[in-house]
Amino acid sequence: MIERTPLLNIATHVILVFGLIVILVPIWLAFVAATHTLQTVNTAPVEYWPGDQLWVNLAAAWVQSDFGPKFLNSLFVATGVVIGKVTLACITAFALVFFNFRGRMLIFWMIFITLMLPLEVRIVPTYAVAANALTPFQTIMDWTGISWLITTLSGVEVALEWNLLNSYTGLILPLVATATGTFLYRQFFLTIPDELVEAARMDGAGPLRFLWDVLIPLSKTNIAALATIMFVYAWNQYLWPLLVVTDRANYGMVVVQLSDLIPDQLTTGGGTPTWHLAMAATLAVMLPPILIVILMQRWFVRGLINTDK
Amino acid sequence: MRRAYFKFSWIAAALLAPQLIIIFVFFYWPSAQALYWAFTLEQPWGGGNTWVGFENFRTVLADPYYWGSVRVSVIYALATTVLAMGMALTLAIFVDRQLAGYKAYRVAIIWPYAVAAPAAGLAFQFVFNPGAGIFSYINSVAPGWWDLSKYPWQAVTAIVIAGAWKQVAYSFIFFLAALQSIPRSLTEAAAMDGARPLRRMVDLQLPLLTPTFFFLLVINITDSFTDSFGIVDTLTGGGPFRATDLMVYKIYVDGFRGFDYSGAAAQSIILMLLVMALTFVQFRYVERRVHYT
Repeated sequence: MIERTPLLNIATHVILVFGLIVILVPIWLAFVAATHTLQTVNTAPVEYWPGDQLWVNLAAAWVQSDFGPKFLNSLFVATGVVIGKVTLACITAFALVFFNFRGRMLIFWMIFITLMLPLEVRIVPTYAVAANALTPFQTIMDWTGISWLITTLSGVEVALEWNLLNSYTGLILPLVATATGTFLYRQFFLTIPDELVEAARMDGAGPLRFLWDVLIPLSKTNIAALATIMFVYAWNQYLWPLLVVTDRANYGMVVVQLSDLIPDQLTTGGGTPTWHLAMAATLAVMLPPILIVILMQRWFVRGLINTDK
Repeated sequence: MRRAYFKFSWIAAALLAPQLIIIFVFFYWPSAQALYWAFTLEQPWGGGNTWVGFENFRTVLADPYYWGSVRVSVIYALATTVLAMGMALTLAIFVDRQLAGYKAYRVAIIWPYAVAAPAAGLAFQFVFNPGAGIFSYINSVAPGWWDLSKYPWQAVTAIVIAGAWKQVAYSFIFFLAALQSIPRSLTEAAAMDGARPLRRMVDLQLPLLTPTFFFLLVINITDSFTDSFGIVDTLTGGGPFRATDLMVYKIYVDGFRGFDYSGAAAQSIILMLLVMALTFVQFRYVERRVHYT
């Protein structure tokens, strides 16, 4: 770049190649295991080069884990989360930036604080809410006496119930709220010049028209960036689907399916661990988000850095 | 700030409502519920919850298993953070020299970010397993010496390595972006003054990375406290002898397998406070983040 540094250049390549080896070796070993037969994987010496059994193992693992419908479920849920998050982030930020009303900052902070409550730390009560998503409203109505009022006036017992367990709604809805996305959109909307708003208003455009015809076309890169990270995030969800879905045959997602593949005494009944199938399945599950990250690298990096998360 | 606005109308309210309802139902309500459970105890034969004050916290804090879980969580958080950030920083500084193949190096370091935690856990379980992987060599020399399901320190080492492996990409992306935003004029001025590349790394690049460094430090520690479930569940299952029973995993086990909602809620509250404290620290540093324009 600025000066000639042949020795340092060699050292640089050595260090980087060493780093790459550290990063790639675990996945390489998993890949190699996925290309051999049960016997080869489980007997010494350890294989370092791929064999010819990859497709056989993939097909066997695919059937064993019933991956067909589960990949569709994962794709459906991930797409749903992406669309939900992008839409919610966009309209919330739009309302917060382009409308003037009291309590704007309060609402912004209310959304922002949810960053401090990751799903993992509130997992038990969130699960309880998912069993009946209307519990909060029921409780409030009971406390304020509204239920009593309705019961005495109309004779109808108020019992709100909306069970989200074992449903796509339950998988998607709790994940679509997005503080980081709202923040990203807000930052972007704040850079839109006032003149643009004034021009739109002078031309007689209402807020929704302005959003649809001016802001959304301008925020295409934003959408791409957000969609990329959110797809990876949604596809890789593990704890939530593990709890919400007990009916795995219909609503199971691929990542959760991995927990059934751990080759221990339970799955093999004391037989030889089926590493070749487990690794083939692992590779299949990893692949879609990896492809997304590699293909959409530019937007992915931008989205990650702009949302700080 | 902005001068031109639309008039507030039902449209704004309708646009805000969906997100507000969702965070109310799935964030604020469960968090309040956790508080309620943490200070009450469910009656064994029904009949609602009774107020017990700090009793649940006292039980949790008097439980040696809980302190074991805190201890291993802190070890895990510190070890993964140091490993991941050290590796990410080294790689970022050398990738930033932009030699031939720089783009290939970059992609090859970034993609593990996309690997699901349980998938990484499963792959590492194969790598570390005593029967079939490369560690079977150790066992053929010293039979029975390496076995994750028997020796606690080996299980902890395994989850630390898997966790760090997964986090390298994230820190790397931020370090590289920060390095690339160092103005070229600074580098050139340093070169004119006779600073060779290594000297520039130590005296120019590292000091300018400090804000990013602190930001990543806090983010990485927070993440390793909250985001460890997938790796633990597929790699060790919390064992052996609860040696890898990280805080999030313990909340899950106590809440969903032991049905001890009050105990799990008390643990959740403690973890929430911890995350809040870390986030607070993060904002202090984010506020002070240096922006090069």
